[in-house]
Amino acid sequence: MRPLLELIIGDPQADRAVPQTGTTARLTVFVAAVMAFLAVIALAISLTTNRVAGLWADELARSATLRLPADPATADALLLSALDVLQTTPGVNSVRALSQDEQRALLEPWFGPDLPLDALPMPQLIEIVADRDGLDVDGLRARLSAQVPGAILDDHTAWRAPLLKAASRVRLIGWSVIVLIGATVAAMITLAAQAALAANVQVIRVLRLVGAKDAYIARAFVRRFTLRAGAGAVIGAIIGVIVVLVMPQGDGTDSLLLGVGFEGAEWVWPLLIPFLAASVAFFATRTAAFRRLREQT
Amino acid sequence: MCPAQTLKPVADLGRRAVKCRGTAVIELDNLSYGYGDNALFSQLSLTLAPGSFHFLTGASGAGKTTLLRLCYADLRAVKGKVRIFGEDAAALDRDAVAMSRRRIGVVHQDCQFLDHLSIAENIALPLTVSGRGREAAGNLEELLNWVGLGAQANQLPPELSGGERQRAALARAVIVSPDVIIADEPTGNVDWEMSQRLLGLLIELNKMGKTILIATHDLAMIRAAKADVSARILRLKDGQLLQAGAEL
Repeated sequence: MRPLLELIIGDPQADRAVPQTGTTARLTVFVAAVMAFLAVIALAISLTTNRVAGLWADELARSATLRLPADPATADALLLSALDVLQTTPGVNSVRALSQDEQRALLEPWFGPDLPLDALPMPQLIEIVADRDGLDVDGLRARLSAQVPGAILDDHTAWRAPLLKAASRVRLIGWSVIVLIGATVAAMITLAAQAALAANVQVIRVLRLVGAKDAYIARAFVRRFTLRAGAGAVIGAIIGVIVVLVMPQGDGTDSLLLGVGFEGAEWVWPLLIPFLAASVAFFATRTAAFRRLREQT
Repeated sequence: MCPAQTLKPVADLGRRAVKCRGTAVIELDNLSYGYGDNALFSQLSLTLAPGSFHFLTGASGAGKTTLLRLCYADLRAVKGKVRIFGEDAAALDRDAVAMSRRRIGVVHQDCQFLDHLSIAENIALPLTVSGRGREAAGNLEELLNWVGLGAQANQLPPELSGGERQRAALARAVIVSPDVIIADEPTGNVDWEMSQRLLGLLIELNKMGKTILIATHDLAMIRAAKADVSARILRLKDGQLLQAGAEL
């Protein structure tokens, strides 16, 4: 805590003891900016995937479809029986038999708009929406098999499972990318800090000779690289947020890429990136500086 | 104007009690040191008493600089002990070494400045690194005038002459009012007149109670000092430290 406090307060005289290195400074800011930009984009994709997958999975989990046999002779009786069973089943919020127009619309992508539905033996579809607690699918299947012979209940498990798996993978990839970005920032800052320390061997020697402790010498480098990384990350994060904001937006239900962005508390994440980048730089530079000082003297 | 001729007491450079265990500020006890397989010293002993004045002479390569570096813990002895203010130098951690350096002012032959800082900032550096930067404001001007560099305060080290740099190095060594001043060939790059000025400053510091150890091959300077200070003259030869003096 104390090193962080000293870092924020700073010591202009200590800062001046180490000469500025223009190229290293610019490279550090550039790398931090690029990495922060990539982190914002990766975060936006990861969080959006998580959110949209959750939305889709929730919708699928709360709905089911009942298909009745396509037998004109028994269709009406089966429909009445099925509706009766469903309306008396705990956990069912609403049920609705799809109209012929709705069923035609479902088949239109495969058979075209002129499908003569009346001439075909079409199974009747019933949309079931469960309440928040969900319904007992196995129990419902048992009742349906007894009272509505031939009815098939589809609870969308076959759709939902791969969707959730894919979303989980995308989320994992997103977080892995962010971790890799953090590691890359740490590696780049460590290299830059080591280069700066190597370029200032004589400065370090003089400071040691006049009684400077390692912490004093390290602080001059740590403060410099932390502030550079933080400043670069602020620039990169701002550009990243602007890019996310100007991306085409949608409600996230039609296409994943139309909904990339942050919502509500998710906006905290892009704000945290500069602090995380600065923290990574702080610890990377501090470690490199103390190691170098131990090796040098 | 010759600073040595216009000496006046500088506030923080006055005599003060030297805090150390025992009677020596720096003590080398049966010291051995070498580079690789080549032994430079063998069973060498030296005691610097508080307020003493020592010259260390010897041929080039005899190990004068190495001996000085051992005295301020810039090197660690292979065998034997180095005690700095009564503490075993081998047992000092890095922070403790830094703290001991604040009690030892070192003047290098090549001065060792930070070339991007002004002379005033370089001289104030020992105070800056010890968190006493504000104290520099009061003493710095007086100290700069004491070493005759008042007009050069804002110049960068490369802009100064060899003599001016040596005087600045001496000012930097004394700004924290150290107990010991170790000077490595402080007159190596300056003319006779300047070497006398620097010697005068060191003698004055000794009279203020500072322990002085000067490594030099400038025998004329040692002879000149004899009239003004009671100095012990040591010679490094064949890895041994010999008492010298009568022949000088």
